[in-house]
Amino acid sequence: MTTEVQRTTSYDADEQGWFGGAGEGFGGRFMPEALIAALDELTVAWQDAMADPAFVHDFDTILREYAGLPSPLFHAQRLSDRVGCRVLLKREDLNHTGAHKIRNVLGQALLTKRMGKTRVIAETGAGQHGVASATAAAYFGLDCTVYMGSVDTRRQALNVARMNLLGAKVVPVDSGSATLKDAINEAMRDWVASVDHTAYLFGTAAGPHPFPSLVRDFTRGIGDEARAQCLERYGVLPDAIAACVGGGSNAIGLFTAFLDDADVAIYGFEPGGDGVDTPRHAATIWAGDRGVLHGARTYVLQDEDGQTVESHSISAGLDYPGVGPQHAHLAATGRASYLPVTDDEAMQALALLSRTEGIIPAIESAHAVAGALKVAEQLAAEKGPEATVLINLSGRGDKDMGTAIEYFGLGDPEKVTEDPVG
Amino acid sequence: MTTATAFEKARVDGRAALVGYLPAGYPDVRGGIDALKVLVDAGCDVIEIGLPYSDPVMDGPTIQAAAQAALEGGVRTADVLRTVEAVAATGTPTLVMTYWNPVEKYGVERFAADLAGAGGAGLITPDLTPDFAPEWIAAADAHELDKVFLVAPSSTEERIAMTTAACRGFVYATAVMGVTGARTSTSDLAGPLVARTKAATDLPVGVGLGVSNGDQAAEIAAYADGVIVGSAFVRTLLDHADDRAAGLRALAALTEDLAGGVRRA
Repeated sequence: MTTEVQRTTSYDADEQGWFGGAGEGFGGRFMPEALIAALDELTVAWQDAMADPAFVHDFDTILREYAGLPSPLFHAQRLSDRVGCRVLLKREDLNHTGAHKIRNVLGQALLTKRMGKTRVIAETGAGQHGVASATAAAYFGLDCTVYMGSVDTRRQALNVARMNLLGAKVVPVDSGSATLKDAINEAMRDWVASVDHTAYLFGTAAGPHPFPSLVRDFTRGIGDEARAQCLERYGVLPDAIAACVGGGSNAIGLFTAFLDDADVAIYGFEPGGDGVDTPRHAATIWAGDRGVLHGARTYVLQDEDGQTVESHSISAGLDYPGVGPQHAHLAATGRASYLPVTDDEAMQALALLSRTEGIIPAIESAHAVAGALKVAEQLAAEKGPEATVLINLSGRGDKDMGTAIEYFGLGDPEKVTEDPVG
Repeated sequence: MTTATAFEKARVDGRAALVGYLPAGYPDVRGGIDALKVLVDAGCDVIEIGLPYSDPVMDGPTIQAAAQAALEGGVRTADVLRTVEAVAATGTPTLVMTYWNPVEKYGVERFAADLAGAGGAGLITPDLTPDFAPEWIAAADAHELDKVFLVAPSSTEERIAMTTAACRGFVYATAVMGVTGARTSTSDLAGPLVARTKAATDLPVGVGLGVSNGDQAAEIAAYADGVIVGSAFVRTLLDHADDRAAGLRALAALTEDLAGGVRRA
């Protein structure tokens, strides 16, 4: 399904993992020396694998037969009518385990097998990457340990149960703020001590080289498929594409195929939380500044001493104070625009998509919908009904029902008849 | 005294140097300075002051706990430099051990200038390797500061050569594949790593990660130029959180035990 794909873009990293060069660029590898050999080994194995038709074939086969890919590109008719131009949804919510993340973990786990390692570790925030990792580990017969902040293990008990059922060990992390960033710290500490037999399945397109590029290679099928589907069906490329950005794996997965299509506008929507004029948000590119977090130079939410600041988003999957370095590069070069979407805007979009299309999106993906609909209205005004906006619907909302119940007061007889969309 | 001189002095005495680590700001800035001065008085030859950081990926639970407490107590980068100034005034070479982002945020050149101004000897950088450190190397060279990079059991010969060539002061050999923390036995990876490192450089080689008593210090002193102790000191302070005076006495006793260890190899 990825034949005739252009493997490289004008926005790739150099050999050291720098996007945009070592001086002013982003990425690189700010890591303990003890892990450098493992990262070098991983870099070689990943590059060999991507150049090996047998590996690419195996990956495609697993995605197709096991994960249910390629995902459909769906014309959201009622939403299109509402905004006045064509709105297309890339239905990653229909994938096995409910999100784009299955692509990344199956790719990394297949690579782990190829490297002869027997154990995988992963970090998780809301639990989606943890569940995906546990799934891939079960599929390939690998031992799996997932680190999860103890605040999150309490908030997401259902996902902890899922991981346990899939045979993974879940380790609650109490250090720091006991959330995603601390889970990453703890996974790295595990990896330093276990690196000879353990692979770290990094959950997003961030971290030290080669992870930003490696994760992109395993998720870029989203955009490769969507681009081909759009061309095949409409004979044109979309005018704009959109995705939500936390660490940025689904976004880079969508964007990559379009980076060198200069006429396609690219939008990343960041979690604006209570608003970017308040301290409670996770809009790292919008409001953060240059720094180093988890092994890469990127934009970071930090205080004036360079201490990482706790982020906030209603969507646990976007609640991260850093961002993948390639996104930082795309923002700095102006190739992509990154804009904040608040909790309220995302929840309104979640309700809207549920009511108009019968699709309950993940709150993460609802950020993309909210932002993209504004873009669509603008495009409709400029170009008319033939304008096309393509949104990555990165995941489904089953996991978010607890949040939705609380937010909308669902199940409350006083409120049940109200239309949450207003 | 420079770091190089302190190592040289120990070598002339026929022993290894004792390098002691504590984070700045724990239990508070004043208490941290008192504790570091105890390390100096009781026999440490070189001092490392940790800059508390929110995301310390190379540290085990002991140092994490103290660093987190220091941050919750409001310690700032300026307090770390103040601590350096107070300790360096004793004449013992004083380095800062720091994750990279706080230095980058402070401004690399500005940090180097202020560290030198405070009498600091240089930096130990656990998450910065020389191939990603051109800015720090330039600033350190301009201010004649020590650049202590780490080598690990997993380092290739090529990387050991590249790393040691960039070091000034000494080379930090991480004895175990793992995070900081006291261990009951010393690592069998340390000896071969020190031998490989010494084959690549004339700089002194210090061994860290896991040392907690005089006997372990003696074992390492048999083949290394320096014995680096951190978590065991921090643990001593954490265990006496209710009684600072008792904590300082225990810290002095531990330092003396370790100082004896490096002398009986």
